[in-house]
Amino acid sequence: MSRSASDEEFRAEVRAWLQANCPASMRTPFLPGDEVWGGRRRTFPSDDARIWFERAVERGFTVPSWPKEYGGAGLSREQARILDHEMRAMGCRSPLISFGIWMLAPVLMEYATDEQKAEHLPAIARGEIRWCQGYSEPGSGSDLASLATRAVLHGDHYVVDGAKVWTSHADQSDWMFCLVRTDAEGPKHDGISFLLIDMTTPGITTRPIPLISGSSPFCETRFDGVRVPARNLVGREGGGWQIAKKLLEHERSIISVMRDRAPEEAESLPAMLKRCGDASLRDRVIQAELDFLCNRLTLERTAEAAKAGRGPGAASSMFKLYGTELNKRRKELRVELAGYQGLGWEAPGFEPGELQITREWLRSRANSIEGGTSEIQLHIIAKRVPGLPD
Amino acid sequence: MRRFELTPEQDQLQRAARGFAEKRLPVAHLRGLRDSHDPLRLSRALWREMAHLGWAGIAVDEAHGGAGLGLLELGLVMEELGRTLAPTPLLATSVIGATALAAGGEAVRAHLPALAAGERLVALAFEEERRFAPYTCRTTAHHASGGGWVIDGEKVFVLDGPAADLLVVVARVSGEPTDRNGLVVFAIDRATVGVDLQPLSMVDSRGVARIRFSSVAVPSADVLGEPGKGADLLDRLLSRATAALCAEMLGASDAVFHATIEYLKQRHQFGVAIGSFQALKHRAAHMFCELELTRSVVRAALVAIDRASPDAETLVSAAKARASDTFLLTSSEAVQMHGGIGVTDDLDIGLFYKRARVCDLTLGSSAYHRDRFARLGTGS
Ligand SMILES: Cc1cc2nc3c(=O)[nH]c(=O)nc-3n(C[C@H](O)[C@H](O)[C@H](O)COP(=O)(O)OP(=O)(O)OC[C@H]3O[C@@H](n4cnc5c(N)ncnc54)[C@H](O)[C@@H]3O)c2cc1C
Repeated sequence: MSRSASDEEFRAEVRAWLQANCPASMRTPFLPGDEVWGGRRRTFPSDDARIWFERAVERGFTVPSWPKEYGGAGLSREQARILDHEMRAMGCRSPLISFGIWMLAPVLMEYATDEQKAEHLPAIARGEIRWCQGYSEPGSGSDLASLATRAVLHGDHYVVDGAKVWTSHADQSDWMFCLVRTDAEGPKHDGISFLLIDMTTPGITTRPIPLISGSSPFCETRFDGVRVPARNLVGREGGGWQIAKKLLEHERSIISVMRDRAPEEAESLPAMLKRCGDASLRDRVIQAELDFLCNRLTLERTAEAAKAGRGPGAASSMFKLYGTELNKRRKELRVELAGYQGLGWEAPGFEPGELQITREWLRSRANSIEGGTSEIQLHIIAKRVPGLPD
Repeated sequence: MRRFELTPEQDQLQRAARGFAEKRLPVAHLRGLRDSHDPLRLSRALWREMAHLGWAGIAVDEAHGGAGLGLLELGLVMEELGRTLAPTPLLATSVIGATALAAGGEAVRAHLPALAAGERLVALAFEEERRFAPYTCRTTAHHASGGGWVIDGEKVFVLDGPAADLLVVVARVSGEPTDRNGLVVFAIDRATVGVDLQPLSMVDSRGVARIRFSSVAVPSADVLGEPGKGADLLDRLLSRATAALCAEMLGASDAVFHATIEYLKQRHQFGVAIGSFQALKHRAAHMFCELELTRSVVRAALVAIDRASPDAETLVSAAKARASDTFLLTSSEAVQMHGGIGVTDDLDIGLFYKRARVCDLTLGSSAYHRDRFARLGTGS
């Protein structure tokens, strides 16, 4: 494959830039709680994390392929790939972890008005506003389209009433992209709208819910007579379902790739196997490694196809399903390999790395539920299998 | 001879245990101990209540104040306690401790009445590795110059260690660290000089300790069984303990399965109960079958030990492999089938899932016992 001279120049240039600007401590795998999420109340685990964030924002490298007017670096696809490759090779951390970038921005690019783009995209790129996802409700999870949070238009405002649940980081977020019901009469999919809601609006309350892994990343979010400007509607009223589904595809792709990119465990499974010496785990470790490889190859193959213009479609569901189920298997194997030292909850008596094994195993259980359960992914994939009756 | 049907007395015992677990030891009890960071991770007061009901000394002979019943009866109580994840000393004290002390001399057996009264708790300290390796022992026992023994070493993963008054300790008198031969078993008072116990905080919120022994002096009268042949006693303790743990896992699996079935009936999505979706219904049916198989082999193992059947060890390993897998299956499916709420701490499901992982690794994983099952001969 021939690479253009300018791409090679670009490679040399970003490599030098990364060397000069990514602090050494930001070239190590993430430790729990080390991620930078941005937002008005943004915090940094270290000075280096802040420096790295600020420099990346300045250069547009939080969203390298976005146009410059929205805070990106305006890179071509090939340049973005080169940057990604160089960052991986150097072990650079993501300077900003963001639902805004991963989920919301792609649909804003596609469906939002120019004013909405100008208002929200740069703030997302610069990590100034943190977003949460208001989809699920107590009565509507897998059957998302049955959602009941009402939004009624009064003049130039929607008045929103209802409850969302499992809203990740709602208590830490500045804005929510939210699915609301604007029409309770017609077919359920046609009465859904996509609304952007400022979390400081009066009438919104959040309550964190603890997870089995011990952290409380998600919340119950209640809306009582919350007034939302009508200009915060994305797309047309009643046209939210299509946007919602598009966003879910992005979310699922991210959840599956995230596992691949996850700050890969300090010690590999085969290394752990060697150290633990329990031959009864050997075959399962090998199987997990083999599946990991095949999954990665399939991701790569799909990426090549996408480049040639063949989109994600059911692929995002397939990777969501396979990536998360595989991740659960791997995390559980790590506990088994660690033996009793993988069963600790708190120090003393357990190393931080050992406690991380336990917590990550428990956290991984949610992977096959969040973003649509494995059962729902199987439904979606089955619909695409040629010739299978509905 | 029948081996699965219970006698009316056994049936009554099981009902009584179920009632007690539901009323006095609901899952909320475990949560309470966890959330208050209780150092013992069990309630001695509730244990005394259980002793009054005759369960602490259920397998202690009548001469020492016990009920003189078998492992099956112990298993029935364990099964009921498993349903509510009840943390009690039953396994460590009444299954392992009672058997160990009965193997000792008069001085050691003198502890049995207090054990049966719920006043003395026991823990077995034998493990030194990160996973079950029963004979691996670097803890040494030397003859002391003035008679008796001196113990040095460190034990890990001592179940119910934090609450124990008396420790049953395995040490090595001769041989290599992994030899089956050359072991000796002692009963050592927890308060003895040189015993240093560190309670650990475990994922299932149960009481576990790491214990150091530094030049701990033990009188010869506190040796259990014959020095050098300690593995014979240890094997007996472990096989009884394993069968009893299987009963706990069976009860827990059954409870978490039924909680899931209830949820499948109650939760509606797409206008119908989620239990009507074949994708879930068939898995529920599959779990039901696994549970039935587990019920049979666990019961058979308990009874085989009571009857000293030649196939007892084979059945114990079959039971552990099966019960581990079934508990892991039912609890992990429970999490998945509950959806988002299944991974919250608000629900008890997660506590079952955590307990299942710990139970699997306790006393040998399912893979360990499949291998042992094969080595013993498959019993068919
Ligand atoms: C850690 C975590 C973070 C999350 N973050 C967010 C967030 O930020 N924003 C947000 O909106 N939501 C979030 N969610 C919610 C998530 O999207 C839902 O939990 C998920 O869609 C499932 O919905 P539910 O919990 O209501 O389960 P249910 O839909 O009630 O499902 C229960 C069980 O039934 C099964 N089931 C349902 N329908 C069918 C069917 N037709 N066929 C077969 N099986 C079926 C499911 O697969 C599941 O096993 C999060 C969830 C988790 C666990």
